[in-house]
Amino acid sequence: MTLEKFNLQFARVRGAARVFRADVNAIEWITACRQVNERGGRLVALWGSERAPGFAVHAALADADGLLVLILPVPQDRPSYPGIEGIFPVAGRMQRAAYDMLGIEAQGDDDRRPWLRHAAWPSDKFPLRDDFDRACIYEPGTDDYPFVSVAGDGVHEIPVGPVHAGTIEPGHFRFSIIGERVLRLEERLGYKHKGIEKRFAGMSLDEGARLAARVSGDSTVAYGWAYAMAAESACGAMPPPRAAWLRAVLLERERIANHLGDLGFIGNDAGLAFGLAQFSLLKEDMLRLNAELFGHRYLMDAIVPGGVARDIAQSGMERVRVEADQLTETVALLKNIYDEHPGLQDRFIACGRVTPELAARLGLVGLAGRASAQALDLREQFPVEPYDQLDVQMATHRNGDVAARVTVRFEEVFESLRLIRQILELIPLGQTRAALPATAAGAFALGIIEGWRGEVLVALETGANGAIARCHAHDPSWQNWPVIEHAVIDNIVPDFPLINKSFNLSYSGQDL
Amino acid sequence: MYNILKQIVTTGIKTEPPPAADEALRATGERLRADILEYFGGALTIRHVDAGSCNGCELEINALNNPYYNLEGLGIKFVASPRHADMLLVTGPVSRNMEVALQRTYDATPEPKLVVALGECGCTGGIFGESYASRGRVSNVIPVDVAVPGCPPTPFAIMQGILTAISAKKT
Repeated sequence: MTLEKFNLQFARVRGAARVFRADVNAIEWITACRQVNERGGRLVALWGSERAPGFAVHAALADADGLLVLILPVPQDRPSYPGIEGIFPVAGRMQRAAYDMLGIEAQGDDDRRPWLRHAAWPSDKFPLRDDFDRACIYEPGTDDYPFVSVAGDGVHEIPVGPVHAGTIEPGHFRFSIIGERVLRLEERLGYKHKGIEKRFAGMSLDEGARLAARVSGDSTVAYGWAYAMAAESACGAMPPPRAAWLRAVLLERERIANHLGDLGFIGNDAGLAFGLAQFSLLKEDMLRLNAELFGHRYLMDAIVPGGVARDIAQSGMERVRVEADQLTETVALLKNIYDEHPGLQDRFIACGRVTPELAARLGLVGLAGRASAQALDLREQFPVEPYDQLDVQMATHRNGDVAARVTVRFEEVFESLRLIRQILELIPLGQTRAALPATAAGAFALGIIEGWRGEVLVALETGANGAIARCHAHDPSWQNWPVIEHAVIDNIVPDFPLINKSFNLSYSGQDL
Repeated sequence: MYNILKQIVTTGIKTEPPPAADEALRATGERLRADILEYFGGALTIRHVDAGSCNGCELEINALNNPYYNLEGLGIKFVASPRHADMLLVTGPVSRNMEVALQRTYDATPEPKLVVALGECGCTGGIFGESYASRGRVSNVIPVDVAVPGCPPTPFAIMQGILTAISAKKT
């Protein structure tokens, strides 16, 4: 098919997600990116892969028509392609990562600093290339990363991390400050890079599901679903209807549990320990019910290619319903306490503000995006079963501060509880798992789902034997991390933990 | 204020009894003298180090301080610096990009010190294994006293691991 306004032949990628792909040349690559940007679309993910005798770079763009995947061949002798960070600023780090992993270079991008590669392997070795020696281990060292320095009277730097003061993931934050005011923050991530993408290569589709579920533990359901969607698409299969509905129960439970945890921690970071105690109790109750009904507190491996691992009995459904009623009541009570607490609101309001214009320019997504007027939610825009039969009400606000991100979380908790009740009424009976047909060799497949943090994408390519040749997992944190650098400008250093928590981004998901 | 107090009273005390130590979790022979362990048993400070986890273990470490487990009620608390810590609680396969940081954190922790490795990855390298980017299990990089399996281990299992590390071995 030809999508209107694009002079390109797009082929529909089979599967639950509305995905189209097109092989393009360098000029079409740039033109299509520009057109999508002008039409209000955005870059979801950029990744490279080996395509002997050369390489290919992929860009997944979200457009009103669906997800468009552009595939541009990159020649072996001169492995470079036109960079798109001028059109989509968020592309910058992804292009740097693609270079670290595959040695394909974005032309025009001045920032040539490594992103995922620290000192664990030499700069002339590229782990995702087929000829990379898996057995070869390099002596780790320290590297000297050139942070951008700010000069001037009274400016000084605070380096923070990678080991942080609380129970959080490792990353480095370099603050340039005057007094306690932040002039500039520069992030350096990649500390958790543990070779996930290389690990995928050669796995069977079933083995890959376990790994996908561990890309970012707090979003295990979202990754599990996106991966299963891609695997099913690669085999030309669809999950049984009951399985799709159960997946939505799992995804909404993951959303609620994470939002409850965040609401507690955000309250705590602003000095209200009562909030943490209350919300962490509610979260723990949910996790315990998860373990009872689905066999895992965080629902890991509950979604499998072909369906779900476990069905839920009538008595279990009743318990979920009772829990939803109780949560609705208690969370409303706690929301009232948060709303009426002057000390809390004083810390929340106007703190870490991202204006809608900045959010649009930088491509902020997920719940943080919705708190800055970015009305994006795949459950509403490109709904897969069962969301196409549920009327998801998106929560959006304009203020873009900590207060707005708190409010969006509260509203999404209520909406997810409503959705769960609706799902329990409408869920069809039947099978919950179907055997997958043999994987097609050389398949390209894609899955994408709106996780609690934002959209999680999994792209799959199978090799000649049907095993995974390339699997790229994309976390929405890629989009949102750079925005925190802007959100903290002119705030005071002591507000950084609160601002950071209000986004609550994944390190593991972006470090891969 | 009235609503906060009312909610606190309505919620009541939720804390459950802690688990007993489990000798099966001990990775190496006891390294510390029983009298030192006794001091730790009264007030233990822990520095958590995420050396490359998927962040699942961190969710459960955070759960340790919810009112059900109430770890701090046992005199065990998390501190902001390894220099204040008696114990390192380490998660993840150790990524090569975190290896130096983990080693330095270990060196910065004053003797006598304990190390508890958490999760399938901390115990064996887990699904990530050893590769160009991962050193695998925690004991490949620093000495480990107690290793707690599970993906992720439950808060109950983590408490059990911590309590095992600070209990004298009963022979």
